[in-house]
Amino acid sequence: MIVSELKPLPEILGYLERDKSIFLVGCHGCAEVCQTGGEAQVLEMKQKLEQAGKKITGYSVVDFLCNKALVKMKLYAHEEEIMAADSLLVMTCGIGIQATASVVDKPAHPACNTLNLGGFHGEWRGSERCLECGDCLLEYTGGICPLVACTKGLINGPCGGAKDGKCEFEPAVRECGWHLIYQRLQKIGQLDKIKTILPPKDYAKMQPPPALRSTILWALEQKETGR
Amino acid sequence: MGLAEALKNGKFVVTAEVAPPKGVDVQEMLENAELLKGKVDAVNITDQQSSVMRLGSLVSCYLIKQKGLDPVFQVTCRDRNRLALQSDLLSAYALGITNVLCLTGDYVSLGDHPNAKPVFDLDSVSLLKVAKTLEEGYDLAGKPLKGTPKFLLGAVVNPGAEPLEPQIIKMEKKVKAGAQFFQTQGVFEPAKFEKFVKASAYLRVSVLAGIIPLRSVAMARFMNKAVAGVHVPEEIIEELDRATDKPKKSIEIAGRLIRELKGMCQGVHIMAIGWEKRVPAILEAAGLV
Repeated sequence: MIVSELKPLPEILGYLERDKSIFLVGCHGCAEVCQTGGEAQVLEMKQKLEQAGKKITGYSVVDFLCNKALVKMKLYAHEEEIMAADSLLVMTCGIGIQATASVVDKPAHPACNTLNLGGFHGEWRGSERCLECGDCLLEYTGGICPLVACTKGLINGPCGGAKDGKCEFEPAVRECGWHLIYQRLQKIGQLDKIKTILPPKDYAKMQPPPALRSTILWALEQKETGR
Repeated sequence: MGLAEALKNGKFVVTAEVAPPKGVDVQEMLENAELLKGKVDAVNITDQQSSVMRLGSLVSCYLIKQKGLDPVFQVTCRDRNRLALQSDLLSAYALGITNVLCLTGDYVSLGDHPNAKPVFDLDSVSLLKVAKTLEEGYDLAGKPLKGTPKFLLGAVVNPGAEPLEPQIIKMEKKVKAGAQFFQTQGVFEPAKFEKFVKASAYLRVSVLAGIIPLRSVAMARFMNKAVAGVHVPEEIIEELDRATDKPKKSIEIAGRLIRELKGMCQGVHIMAIGWEKRVPAILEAAGLV
């Protein structure tokens, strides 16, 4: 299971600062189990954001937000509500946020930090997309994770090594992650986001917090995987 | 005169790159440095450039400083985590080495130990910030230092990158993080460089344009194919190809480029890559000595 936790509300409200209307996205999979992005939490978030003066144009709780093809189909049914919103707030793991960002040309803000994937990278297969860093940066990078998309895991912009949008490591097959981030941010009008200097990552957050490790859920998960 | 003073006085600054040897025989490196004495304002010592394992930059800086030159300690984020990087910055200051060039570093796959674990705990922007934090008397964890260092912080930028905008954005972040001067990737097209100069003028920071002497036609073609942001125009390659005395022509081309770039930047940074002995001739061809 992919373990996520909600970011503190002030952090989320900071992300939504320039947006008046928001569309909420949740997931019936891991996020529901973690109580971060199930229907109940989405409705709770709706209320909190409305209290903070935001207009919620609609919401959708998708069966598995990590299933990119399904996300596109499910969100298509809410096209008008999404078009009416300035941005989307995605209350799931990093993979769900990235899947949403990849199908909607609007900012997809992360509402959660992803703590542990338990070896499971969701239904959007093909490559590693979330490093379960526990301090999601997708807000600043247009919904493309620099820790994974950039070979060097740089968080403050591209190195000087990319040529024609390809990474200096395996240029034949590997895109420059920062080139992708740049293109995406340009497309959604958020290029100023990468002007923020991000502090060095807190790698201690990559370890699941003790409180989580002591839960029954966690114990079951570990037992199931035979560890 | 050292680099800090040269930048402050607004003179046309010249720096050159010297690479530490692969091994412990430092004689040639010191000879190369000796040739530059009195001709350049500072000598950059590379940090295992192209991810090839070599003698360390810090020790080489120290040896070159003892010869009376002003070294620029190049530091990449590829091989050291935040503890080692901070420690090395403190070590540099303790040895009297205060010019630091902060770089990301090439990926490990480009060098001779492609199976190494790449670090990149910090990036070039956060490394600059960390150096500033040390100057304020604290380490990255907020713990006070016993005695505080003071650095002249440099960074790099690739003026030939396409698109250019992400490079300029990162350059701005580097300036905000504390970069006081920039050295660039090799420049062969003054017109293109001028566009970069205009795009980055708002940052009001000293830029030393990178000069790479062309050792051969093959080298020029290789760089066009493999090196990001470097483009040697076909006219220059043909000019070199036609010449009977290729080294002489190469020096002439480098000298001419420096003359052409002179009005657009605060100085030049010569990366001779094996041709260190010819740097004085290049400076002569450029009319700088």
